[in-house]
Amino acid sequence: MSTSAITPVPFGRRIKRFMADRPLVPLIILLVILVVILQILRPGIVNERWIANTIKFAIPLAILAGCQTMTMLTGGIDLSVGTVATMSAFIMATQIVSQDPAIAFLLAMMPAVLIGLVNGIGVGVFRVHPLIMTLGTSLIGTGCLQVYQRTVIASGAKIPGFLAWLGTGVTSGFPNALLLFVPLAALIVFTLARTGFGRLLYAVGDNERATRLSGVQYWQVITALYVTSSLLAGITGLLYIGLIKAPSLSLAEPLVLPSVAAAVIGGTSIFGGRGGYTGTIIGALILTVLTTLLTILQMPEGARRILFGLIVLFVTAAYLRIVEER
Amino acid sequence: MSHFLRRQGWVIGLLALLIVLFIATRIIQPGYGSGDFGSLARAVLPYAFAVAAQTVVVIAGGIDLSVAAMMALTSVTAASMMAGASEEYALLVVPFVLAMGLVLGALNGLLIVVTRVPDIVVTLAMLFVLQGAALLVLDAPGGAAAEWLKALISGTVPIPGLPDAIDAWLPKALLVLVVCLCVIWVPLRRSRLGLSIYAIGSSELAAFRSGVPVKRTRIIAYALSGLFAAFGGLALTMSTGIGAPIPGPYLLASVAAVVLGGVALGGGKGGLLGPIVAVFVLRLVRTDLTLLAIDPNVTAIIEGAIMVAVVMFGAFITMRGRQ
Repeated sequence: MSTSAITPVPFGRRIKRFMADRPLVPLIILLVILVVILQILRPGIVNERWIANTIKFAIPLAILAGCQTMTMLTGGIDLSVGTVATMSAFIMATQIVSQDPAIAFLLAMMPAVLIGLVNGIGVGVFRVHPLIMTLGTSLIGTGCLQVYQRTVIASGAKIPGFLAWLGTGVTSGFPNALLLFVPLAALIVFTLARTGFGRLLYAVGDNERATRLSGVQYWQVITALYVTSSLLAGITGLLYIGLIKAPSLSLAEPLVLPSVAAAVIGGTSIFGGRGGYTGTIIGALILTVLTTLLTILQMPEGARRILFGLIVLFVTAAYLRIVEER
Repeated sequence: MSHFLRRQGWVIGLLALLIVLFIATRIIQPGYGSGDFGSLARAVLPYAFAVAAQTVVVIAGGIDLSVAAMMALTSVTAASMMAGASEEYALLVVPFVLAMGLVLGALNGLLIVVTRVPDIVVTLAMLFVLQGAALLVLDAPGGAAAEWLKALISGTVPIPGLPDAIDAWLPKALLVLVVCLCVIWVPLRRSRLGLSIYAIGSSELAAFRSGVPVKRTRIIAYALSGLFAAFGGLALTMSTGIGAPIPGPYLLASVAAVVLGGVALGGGKGGLLGPIVAVFVLRLVRTDLTLLAIDPNVTAIIEGAIMVAVVMFGAFITMRGRQ
């Protein structure tokens, strides 16, 4: 078979292999294509302000998708992130009226820790399917929030100035939210790639039995993971309320399914053990640009959702095709 | 007998729980009678079909996140087709909508098999697509339902020779549910196809090696799920008289009832009876909480807590059983 080494590999195959080796490349190409389509449809729309705006809206989605990435690495999923984000945002907006900002922040983070802890114990100790566990806790959380809303209905709500600054402000072309997101993203990428905890997440997702037999305390890893995920969701809530500026009981709920989609598009396997956060960030950007694109096309809401679903499906299928070539 | 008890232990436990809940309901509200039972059966109807849809897929080792959206789409389709049409026209609408559910469900399965994308992602994408389609059919709650369809699930079944007191406890909705489920489920369970569905849920590789057409069976399982979801959508239109394009809380409820009903989420285990009884249990708990005059928001918390606790308990039992 020595001749096969000499025969030049066909160009198409070479491209495919190149893309399979660098899964980020096709994603970036897709993102660029979307932006180019946008520019063709509305010449001049792609400018500094538009880019800042897109990044602003992509950041909360990207952080929530980070929660999904980390949980999906272990073969799980966290559907309670929407409720957690909404809860911390709502509590922050209502407690800031009467409390010191630091105390309001702590109060806002409390439900996040609690829900994360319950999720972690349910999944890690009792071995409940993460999908069910997190859906259940999000149901409980929503109920608690509704009860809580009654108690603060008289005191009203306001958006703290620094959150509005962080969420919507733009300093010399760069959205302020990047101040929060860049360190956070760096931390996630670093944790996943370079620390023991990150390795454990991959290991648990890849082969749980082997991991446990090699002495890893499964429940500790899972509990730590879901608490981290919830904390990230809580922080996202605070950022998102600064961006949206209208506290409501379903504030971050529309972000949940797109966050799963972003992680999947970004190349994280829903069965665990494979993926990373950089892909997820690009996935979140793709989804945000896609939403803009569909809005600009002035489609009815229904057609927009159909297209959104089809594109998520198509991108995932195409991506699997490319990666599986390896 | 002990074999039977061991196999059906979970369902028997659920039935006992249901009876305890009925007794509790009578204690809370001594006036709880046949009429209330009828409205319970009507309220359960769409949930039960959603659960049946989820059960088939879960037994086959998958999950269907598009159940609620499928119900919304079939419901609005039925309602908008029947709006302003004659009563006889509805006779055509019902099979059309059911066929639509079957085809869309099969499409779910086909996409999973052909694209090899995980089922969670495919059905999630379909959730968006179906929701969007529902919004295109009707952008606000509306439409109508034929009178005979509405009459089909209201009132009771008169059985000659039985006193009215017993008759009153047989709401038509319950009969519709039992007939629709049995006509599909019982022959299926006994057929080769039913066995194949259990087989691919239990171990896809083993099923493949013993000659089960895995891909075809998976597509059929999803098609059946779509069919049950279409029944659920029709039930929604029948009980409300309109169609609403926004999906109800049926996804979470269906998954919770499937787990509570003793169907393993890994696939290959359980039956349809358990999840259906579980739906009644969950709805009756809600009724009890309402009768106790508990704030509806607190009811949501309690309901969620019960579901989570039950699921945890179930997982714990399975874990102990394995050791």
